[in-house]
This record gives sequence, C-alpha cells and structure tokens, in this order.
Amino acid sequence: MSVEVASPRFGLAGYATCFAGIAWREVLRFLHQRERFLSALVRPLVWLFIFAAGFRQVLGVSIIPPYQTYVLYEVFVTPGLVGMIQLFNAMQTSLSMVYDRETGVMRTLLLSPFPRSFLLISKLAGGVVVSLLQVYVFLLIAYFWEIELPIIGYFTVLPALLLCGLMLGAIALFMSSVIKQLENFAGVMNFVIFPMFFASSALYPLWRIKEANPLLYEICRANPFTHAVELIRFAMYGQLEPVALAVVLACTGVFLTAAIYAYNPSKGMLARRGEAG
Amino acid sequence: MTPPVSPPREPDALNVRGLSHRFGQNLALDNVSLAVPRGAFVVLLGPNGAGKSTLFALATRLYDNVSGEIRILGHDVRRQPMAALRNLGVVFQSRSLDGDLSLQQNLIYHASLHGIPRREAKHRAARALAKVGLGERAGEKVRALSGGQARRVEIARALLHDPSCLLLDEATAGLDVASRESVLGMVRALVNERGVGALWATHLVDEVGAEDAIVLLHKGRVLFSGRGPALLALAEAPNLRAAFLRLVGSERAGAAP
Repeated sequence: MSVEVASPRFGLAGYATCFAGIAWREVLRFLHQRERFLSALVRPLVWLFIFAAGFRQVLGVSIIPPYQTYVLYEVFVTPGLVGMIQLFNAMQTSLSMVYDRETGVMRTLLLSPFPRSFLLISKLAGGVVVSLLQVYVFLLIAYFWEIELPIIGYFTVLPALLLCGLMLGAIALFMSSVIKQLENFAGVMNFVIFPMFFASSALYPLWRIKEANPLLYEICRANPFTHAVELIRFAMYGQLEPVALAVVLACTGVFLTAAIYAYNPSKGMLARRGEAG
Repeated sequence: MTPPVSPPREPDALNVRGLSHRFGQNLALDNVSLAVPRGAFVVLLGPNGAGKSTLFALATRLYDNVSGEIRILGHDVRRQPMAALRNLGVVFQSRSLDGDLSLQQNLIYHASLHGIPRREAKHRAARALAKVGLGERAGEKVRALSGGQARRVEIARALLHDPSCLLLDEATAGLDVASRESVLGMVRALVNERGVGALWATHLVDEVGAEDAIVLLHKGRVLFSGRGPALLALAEAPNLRAAFLRLVGSERAGAAP
C-alpha cells in the first residue's frame, strides 16, 4: 500500500459529490420525518383555507403589479405563504445546525476535508432543497383550491425560491449563532418569525400599510423578507422585480459571510462562548 | 503481502507538541505532547475531565488550538486543514449516525463528505460493513442496531476513506462487557492489519493491554508517557489499576467534567 498523493477526490468532482451527498441526506431525513412534512404543509394550508377565506371579505386588493386583474385575497397571499414555508424551514435547519454543533452529527460534517464555508453553504442549500419540496407540494394543493399560476410561473419561480431560501437560511444561521437567547423554537417564533412575517408584504400590500402607518411601512420596506416575498410574487408570473432581486442578492451575500464567520468554530462567536465537556 | 516499510523519517500518524488550551480561566490542556506512530495503538488514559475531549475537539478543529501544534501525518491541523482532515478518521463519544437512515446510506453520506463518488462508496461500504461483521444488515436502519453494533458501524465509517490516523473518544461508552471486548479487539486488529495509527481515549484501566503504549492525562497535563511496566515502576504499584489510582485517584474527588 502506498500513501495516497493528491487524489482527484478533492477536485471539482469531489466538491460536487460532497454537495450532492449533503443535500441527499437532508432530503432523506426530511422524508423520514413525516410529522415535520405534515406540519410544514398544514401551517400554510391553514392560513390559506381559513385565514385567507375570512380575510377576503375584509380586504379588497386593488390591481397592483404583477397582477393584471383584481385577484382574490387567496391569490395575493400565496407568495407570502410560500415565503413563510421557506422562513420556517430555514429557521429549523439553522437552529439544528447550531444546537447539534457539539454532538456527533454536526462534528462528523465538520470533519470533511472540504472548506468549512463550502460545507456550511452546502448544508444550507440542502435545507433549501427540502423547502422546495414543501413549496411545490403546497402549490399543487393550492392549484386545486383554484390558485392557478401561469404554467411558466411554476418554472420561473424556482430560481427565486433557491435564492430566497439561501438568504433566509443565512439570516437564520447568523442570528442563531450570535444571539444566545434564541434557545428554543418558541423564542425564534416570537422574536424572528412573527416580526419578519407580519412586518412584510406577505399578508397585505404595502400601499395599504402606508395608509395605516407610515413608520410601519418603512419598517416593512427595510425587511428582507418583504423583498423575498416580492421576488417570489413576480417570479410566479414570469416577471423579475429588480429591486427585490438586488436586495435579496445583497442580503444573501452579507448574511452568508456573517453566518460563516459567526459559525466557524475557530474564529466565530461560538468559540468564545463555547465550553467543552 | 509486503509489510509496510517504515523509514525513520516517515511522519507520525498523530503528533501533538506543546499544546495548551483554556476555556476562560480554566486551563483545559497544559503543554501536552504526544505521538502516535503509524501502525501503533496508543491508549490515552485519564479520568473524566482530564482534557481528553478537549484534545479531540482541537484535533478535529472544533476549536482552534491557541498554542502548540497538532500534526496529522505531518500536516498541521490549523495551517493545512484539508490535508490533515483527509488522513483522519474519528469515532466520537456521542452517537453520530442517523437512526432513520440505513447503514449503507450513512456510509455513503460519509464517503461523499470525502469526495468519494456514489458507486465507489457503495463498494467501500459493503467491504467495510463486512469487515465489522455487519455485511448482511447494510439495508437496515441504524435504529435497529444494538449499541455495540452501532459502534462497529462508526468504526467502519471512520475507516471508509482510508485514513492514516484514527481517533476514538471513549468508544466503548455505554456498551456491555462483551461488546466492549469485541469493539476493542476489532480496533486492535484493524490497526495491525492496515497500519493505521490509533489513539484510544478511555478512563477504563481494564482496556489497557499489558504492552500498550500509554499516555496518562490528568488535569490537562501528561503525567506519564510510556509502556505499562514503566508505569508500574513509576507508581510503585503491583498492577495498572493500582498505579492509575495512585497517580490520579487521590485527587479525583470533585474533578470537573
């Protein structure tokens, strides 16, 4: 037996193998957790079937782009609910990354010789793939609830979903690495998911909010989740919203860098607050 | 089969020099040095809280070592992490397999982390599982395995990418006597057969063989490094258990985890 010299395993093909392996495992795990699949679906469906049905009487939506006619409230709220699916999924993925960090599962991942930043991005991307499954099943059910997108929209929404999922994952990973108080999912719900979701254009058009409260309007406009929802909304109709795209791209870059720094054991915040057994 | 040639300048599987690490006020490791040559089985013996897990955390880059150096097959863990980690296999104290996935799926996942493509990974997984006596059960979920069997899968996994250095942190924790014996025996056999250098961390004296190389760690410091007989002489004790208790036992009470 000879000592192995510079093997091709760590070339570009190696990276691809590694990425595929990580994503494949995320999907396998998700498919095994039926409860998680179910609750990931039930949550937006409850909003769609119950909340949206009731709200439809209260809130008329005028014709705003990308819609060309009056749309039902259910149609308006669908991109927001898709965003919600991704938001929850991102939070779950990232929280488990932080709290599994000391256990064998995450340490096994970090033993891979590939760069840590690549491993973390792959892991986040694996979570995004899982969120895609959830989103498309949701859209399928919504289709039978007469929320029909143009056929092309089911394809053009895909890149938007990839990007938004990655952004939300990065934000979630960054926050859960840095803020120690986010210890359980209840804390995350109260301090992250609810504020991000409600102070956005997911449930109501921004012009409505502007009428009600100009300050809240500005907050909504500064919320990255608003831009994620708008990017998804326009992409569902085969259109590109350049401002939303720019904001989502920028946020992805910034938060991804920050998350990788905060999470990296050797440099980040965790190293300083860490305490080994 | 030709025996592995070992010229004097071949780097150690694991070489730790002058390693110190502190958590806040607590000095977890104090100027620790040790070496595991290729093909050697070295026992890292120490009570709970001696610093064994910290050493493992540093060697696997969970934390960065603050001072000193850790080399795996000559590669500095901090400066050349890719080359170092490529040659490292680890069995952690805590369970690290996916209970919901099958044995084979767990191993394929691990192989992908080392850039080994799926087809080859399947071959390797089959061979590795056969080696640890679980070849028949490749398709079963890990959840269905006993503690000892799961450990054997973890050992198979740690060797899947042909590392030169194998670290095992309390690998027999939570196993019954028979499983402990079988896991220990298996690792010893693999070390002999494949020329891997293994560092076996434990707090159980009865896992130490009479002729094993021993590194005795206590309160973050190396108290002794050498073979069993020399340890007996140092402690003036009739057996290893007595020697261990004499060197660390008196101060054990109240040791922090």
